[in-house]
Amino acid sequence: MSANLIGQDNPAYRRRRRRNAVMMSLSAVALAFGLFWLFWILAVLLWEGASALRPSLFTQMTPPPGSDGGLANAIFGSVLMAGAGTLIGTPIGILAGTYLAEYGRRGWLAPATRFINDVLLSAPSIVIGLFVYSVYVAQAKHFSGWAGAVALAIIVIPVVVRTTDDMLKLVPNSLREAAAALGAPTWKMITMVSYRAARAGIVTGVLLAIARIMGETAPLLFTALNNQFWSSDMNRPLANLPVVIFQFAMSPYDDWHRLAWGGAALITLFVLAINIAARALFRK
Amino acid sequence: MNAVVQASPKAARPAPKLEARNVDFHYGSFHALKRINLEIPANRVTAFIGPSGCGKSTLLRTFNRMFELYPEQRATGEILMGGENILATRRDVSLIRAKIGMVFQKPTPFPMSIHDNIAFGVRLFEDLSRARMDERIEWALTKAALWTEVKDKLNQSGYGLSGGQQQRLCIARAIAVKPEVLLMDEPCSALDPISTAKVEELIAELKADYTVVIVTHNMQQAARVSDYTAYMYLGELVEFGDTDQVFLKPAKQATEDYITGRFG
Repeated sequence: MSANLIGQDNPAYRRRRRRNAVMMSLSAVALAFGLFWLFWILAVLLWEGASALRPSLFTQMTPPPGSDGGLANAIFGSVLMAGAGTLIGTPIGILAGTYLAEYGRRGWLAPATRFINDVLLSAPSIVIGLFVYSVYVAQAKHFSGWAGAVALAIIVIPVVVRTTDDMLKLVPNSLREAAAALGAPTWKMITMVSYRAARAGIVTGVLLAIARIMGETAPLLFTALNNQFWSSDMNRPLANLPVVIFQFAMSPYDDWHRLAWGGAALITLFVLAINIAARALFRK
Repeated sequence: MNAVVQASPKAARPAPKLEARNVDFHYGSFHALKRINLEIPANRVTAFIGPSGCGKSTLLRTFNRMFELYPEQRATGEILMGGENILATRRDVSLIRAKIGMVFQKPTPFPMSIHDNIAFGVRLFEDLSRARMDERIEWALTKAALWTEVKDKLNQSGYGLSGGQQQRLCIARAIAVKPEVLLMDEPCSALDPISTAKVEELIAELKADYTVVIVTHNMQQAARVSDYTAYMYLGELVEFGDTDQVFLKPAKQATEDYITGRFG
């Protein structure tokens, strides 16, 4: 009799099958819902931006309304500021993350820093823009590319601190013990063993930080402002993609709208490329 | 409380290389080692046996102060090597660890090539020419019975080796810096029987030049490779003596119970 219970028509088995089917359908619907919006956004972006993605987008300056132009100065300004912001933020972030994971095992400093870093990580970027405006732009009495780079660096730092800390914590202690057992001093253990073991993860964190700041508008609005012309002077206002997109999209002019779509598509494709690169690197 | 443990007076024991005197050890508030007094004879293999949690690995990790990597662990008492108290010396701990090498339970190759895995430790204290370094690497790999298997792929990652090969790479790495003492913390527990046999042969060879201390769960292994055996239980050193005597005529009933499997 008990043997008969474990068959296709076992009630507990059938209930479990039904429940499984319901849950699977629900999660599939939720997945489709999320993907639907994502692909809609991408489709609109590429559809509207496609007509603007021409060589002139990369060679010509932002135009006055009614004439032809491109985004060359904005692209250059964005690369300049994101580059400077990354170069300032990455070493600070990696060193601070190293302190948290490797040296901060005793005492209260590391846990407190880790908590504050998490707060900074989720701080609205407009707050960071206003902060740099008040301590830098307002003191210097002019907008500048450096102010923009500093604001971007402040966004980079907590991202890199967090990933460096997390990735170094994944390095097994047995590896550290093995280095120490050979008589290696702590700094050598960190640079030769811990960093090597965590390298892919740390580089991925830096790439994701770059992807994050490429699209940031609010911090640049208050710091770098904008510039109609080609400029590589970091001490003066500097054109950049997010602010140009913001201004052009808000304007009543059709050719400006087209350029804004082009810029938006460009940033999205760039961020997509960086994310793919980061994944490929991490998998390796 | 543990009385001073008397070893059997059978053969003349070599002078001690390491000497533990009244060593106590704490993990936070847990008292893991209780007044350990022990002499590790030079150029011999000494095995620590005992059930899990008895403190044998802990004792091993006090000899090179490995426990200091963790803030909640501390040791008191004296560990003497050449008249110097390792636990209290003002010398850099790196210099002590260079003299007392260690091999761990799991293979721990560094994320670099086989060549660099061995060169890493050598470069810490020696400035060798390329040719001398290559010689040293060949010497260490030959000692560890790994040379013929890896000589054509020294530039490949150490992660590409099998578990047994990785462990022998770690042994080569430890002896390449020419320490005086080699601490082995269950070096064969992650290895298959063939690799285990190779490592055991290696241990027998190593004692010509080194003082070897090995922690093992495997009593046959302790009987095979060691000259002296220490039986520990609940943080105390129960018995220490010639391996033959400990296994054939243990002085304490507790040791006999453990060795014959009538434990617990």
